[in-house]
Amino acid sequence: MSDVSDTAERSPDIIGGAGGPAARGPSPLNSAAAIFLKQREASVLLIAAILFIYFATTTPAFVSHGSFVNIAQYMAPYVIIGIGLVLLMVCGEIDLSVGFVWMLSPYVMHFFADSGLPILLAIVITVLILAVVIGGVNGIVTTYFGVPSLITTLGSGYIIFGYALTVSSAQQINLPDGSLGVGRWFGGEAWSEIIWATVLVLLFQVLLTRTRWGLYTISVGGNLLGAREAGIKVNKIKIGNFMLCSGFGAVAGILEAFKNNIIDPSAGQLAVVLVALAGVVIGGTAMLGGSGTVIGLWLGVLVLAILNDGFNLRGISSNKFQIILGAAILVAMIANTYLTRLRSAGRLGGARK
Amino acid sequence: MTVENSAVSGETFGQTDDILRAEHISKRYGAVTALVDVNLRLGRGEVLGLIGDNGAGKSTLLKTICGFQPPTTGRILLNGEEVHFSSVTQARAAGIDIVYQDLALVNQLTVYQNMFLNRELVRWPLLRNRSMRKRAKEQLDSIGISTLKSVDVEVASLSGGQRQAIAVARSVFSDAKVLLLDEPLAAMGVKEGAAILDLVRDLKDQGISIIIIAHNYGQVFPVCDRVNLLQGGKITFDKYSKDTSVEELTNIVVSEYRKALEERHRRTAAS
Repeated sequence: MSDVSDTAERSPDIIGGAGGPAARGPSPLNSAAAIFLKQREASVLLIAAILFIYFATTTPAFVSHGSFVNIAQYMAPYVIIGIGLVLLMVCGEIDLSVGFVWMLSPYVMHFFADSGLPILLAIVITVLILAVVIGGVNGIVTTYFGVPSLITTLGSGYIIFGYALTVSSAQQINLPDGSLGVGRWFGGEAWSEIIWATVLVLLFQVLLTRTRWGLYTISVGGNLLGAREAGIKVNKIKIGNFMLCSGFGAVAGILEAFKNNIIDPSAGQLAVVLVALAGVVIGGTAMLGGSGTVIGLWLGVLVLAILNDGFNLRGISSNKFQIILGAAILVAMIANTYLTRLRSAGRLGGARK
Repeated sequence: MTVENSAVSGETFGQTDDILRAEHISKRYGAVTALVDVNLRLGRGEVLGLIGDNGAGKSTLLKTICGFQPPTTGRILLNGEEVHFSSVTQARAAGIDIVYQDLALVNQLTVYQNMFLNRELVRWPLLRNRSMRKRAKEQLDSIGISTLKSVDVEVASLSGGQRQAIAVARSVFSDAKVLLLDEPLAAMGVKEGAAILDLVRDLKDQGISIIIIAHNYGQVFPVCDRVNLLQGGKITFDKYSKDTSVEELTNIVVSEYRKALEERHRRTAAS
């Protein structure tokens, strides 16, 4: 009783109060299930597994190389911008402009490559500049001027949209000369983009759960005044996360350009933000801030990708797919909310409101 | 650096060797004046009860001392030396820590994460969770908080008393020499409140100097060495506990109510 558990999971029945040790005798199976369900990512993993099994058993060609490549390529860019959205939503903000950064970034990269920079350097500089400038402006307008981030990024999104259309004359352009070799590493190959996305997910899951930055991000979203009272520089945390989000938008845009082998003015925009947001919330990140998971986001987008691929293979038209997507969001969210309620009821013995 | 007597509102202000002195503190928010030329002292190892009506400026005063906000005018002396804190982190480093009325706990974080909030142990870039768990546990044990059996639960699931205890424990943690407690007994049951008062006594025995804000002064009076009354942004009463009583304080407060009531009647009659 006096020793402190070093495991990450939070065990129930620790709040003694006057009640004394709880005398439940869980069977190994039950307690394994309980530990599983206590993880925030559990419900969405379960949903993804059920969908996978469903399509694998009912749809020919679902379990095939081509189908898995489809899933991976569908997932990657949404996962990448989703990471930024998770961080922002955990600290209580949102960013609609990230899809327009996605649209703008390959043009900016092209500009730097044209001005003579090696392609790799052009990519790095593009990502850094867009992250600092756009994320910085979003963050400063939101924190110092007190504009709700939904509105801030709606405004900045339109500005970036118009700017990107203007500088590109709304024309497609080819990738910079000599960039294809590098491009293979950045989305040109079938698996390269999802590998980037997954590495970033793992890195940022660690950032969110095991570093000071992640702890402060949760604190700012969970109790803004309390975080400030504890001496946390809350604006710095928010602005930093806006910058990360814009940076992810730039990365996704560049990777997609290499994947599609073209820089296209119709890429990105608001539609991709909405899909990524669906992945974020299906993955178990709270709309209200204070909690979220990057791994969950990866799984949430996986759910969308399986649905997309599965229904494609069954020949369901993309028009109808929108209906299914919408229904999937609602069903996943209802299941998620329900499981969360079960989870906290189990943990708190039903004492919570 | 003597303070002229005319400006001293408290009867004991002439004392020297105070750990903390706040001199001529005023605080204005735009047109609103929250504090008017307040002089407050805290003796070494003393427990000072700061009482007063809602809106009298008690929390404002503590927030100027702990570095959360600067006073408009006036100065703060710690161990006889003037200090200027531009953040709570600076004040904490100097040995002044505060437990806010709202406790500043993050519900979504665990007990140990809250106890180390903004003073984490880090082996860059990762948090040293294992060490923090262990030290949080030791800390809670050492100040005798026994109802909490794990530091791994989310704070959201704890009772008011447990939350208060954690907020206090984390201040003691940072080696606070001066501890400011803002309404530590608010919204707390009798048993929990008694445990917190015991904790205050223990901290005093460890040599920590404490200011307690209490709306309900009857509860904290037994642990206070001295009592200050803050009325309308000024300290109007400063006595050692042995020289006063709950009855005297009640009389002062009741007479204040009576005045307010008479004023109200007069205004109603006039209109």
